[in-house]
Amino acid sequence: MLETIDLAARRGYSHLFSGLGLRVEPGCALLVTGANGTGKTTLLRILAGLSTPFTGRVRWRGEDVTPFAQSMRQDVVFCGHLPALKDELTAEENLAALVALAGAKLEPAHVRRALAIVALDRQASLPARVLSQGQRRRLGLARLAVTRRPLWLLDEPATALDADGIALLTRLIADHLERGGFAVAATHQTLALPTSRVRTLALS
Amino acid sequence: MTAEPAAGTLDRPTPSLDSGVWSGVRWALLRDLRLALRSRAELGVQVLFYVIVVSLFPLATSPEKNLLALMGPGVLWIAALLASLLSLPRLFANDYADGTLEQIALSPYPLPALVSGKIAAHWLTTGLPVVVMAPVLGLQYALGGEALAVLTVTLLLGTPILSMLGAIGAALTLGLRGGGSLLALLVLPLCVPVLIFGAGAVDAVHAGLGATANLSLLGAGLLVAIVGAPLAASAAVRIALD
Repeated sequence: MLETIDLAARRGYSHLFSGLGLRVEPGCALLVTGANGTGKTTLLRILAGLSTPFTGRVRWRGEDVTPFAQSMRQDVVFCGHLPALKDELTAEENLAALVALAGAKLEPAHVRRALAIVALDRQASLPARVLSQGQRRRLGLARLAVTRRPLWLLDEPATALDADGIALLTRLIADHLERGGFAVAATHQTLALPTSRVRTLALS
Repeated sequence: MTAEPAAGTLDRPTPSLDSGVWSGVRWALLRDLRLALRSRAELGVQVLFYVIVVSLFPLATSPEKNLLALMGPGVLWIAALLASLLSLPRLFANDYADGTLEQIALSPYPLPALVSGKIAAHWLTTGLPVVVMAPVLGLQYALGGEALAVLTVTLLLGTPILSMLGAIGAALTLGLRGGGSLLALLVLPLCVPVLIFGAGAVDAVHAGLGATANLSLLGAGLLVAIVGAPLAASAAVRIALD
């Protein structure tokens, strides 16, 4: 279970949110909504352990986690605003490098299959430089599909995706929840996930 | 939470993940080397820069043999320092800009291991060419065989220290405006001892003292840097991401 207790964050001298307590159970997704600048990204970065909260704690599997804690780094997959792709490397090399960085061993055939899932198999040997924004996003989805991590933190995952891409994203999240995974997503889009598994948090 | 938790496979701590130190070093080293090979033009620019800086001094000063032999080691060392500095701003900045650094910091591999791999790749692509070319470039300065050998050994021991000190500076200046020039101000003074012991070794040989003392000090500095620099650079990377 992922929990926060009395979490507060601020940017500069302005408070983004305070007294935030949330709970995400296994197999459930939390959709974080709110206008621009209300702290959705900051919340995700705090949950991932990339940023230190102003006050409050994050608990993962019943234990307090500090930023960059090993227990969190082994369980989380964080998809931020930035795609973490190298223009010089091909789509296939990018995916293989990111999966290897996450500590997972993956055969080249698996990488190809993951690219096929997100309909990028024909672009596998193209450098990431020539991929469109949506295709870059899809490469991020391929990473979700192959990195078997329990906790998904997704920052605006639907941005730049076409209708097929959003359907794919929704299916990946639904499958992940079905397996008992956790997901927290900051999003403006409504994702067609089973309502029994979804809770919404509106930041203001 | 109203939903019933699903009985699944993921609600358990992730089993045996590869989080070894050496795997982390290898990942970062191989990836950075591959990236460097994909942009060979940049590598060529650094090496050419080194060659040109070294070759300018005899043209600008005097072709007098004794003077050149006196200046040579210092010039080669300063050029090595500048060549190392030329590529340092990109050591972390590219990864920072495209989000890779976030993924690196969230990897199960220890961050100092990944940083060590990146530093090693930086040295292999900028330091090693400098060391390899030193004996040839040293000929322009009428340096004898023994002096050239000592000079090359000092560069072999010293350039990794430059890469490691530089990595700390590069991590500390991440995300700052004008980070590149600040980096130079930050790193150059720290490199002074390396420069003194490195360039001084050849003088010591000329003076009949032998280079052992200088080489030992450089070696000691290298060991301290290997232990300390990845930790310091990792801490700076985490601060930059926060």
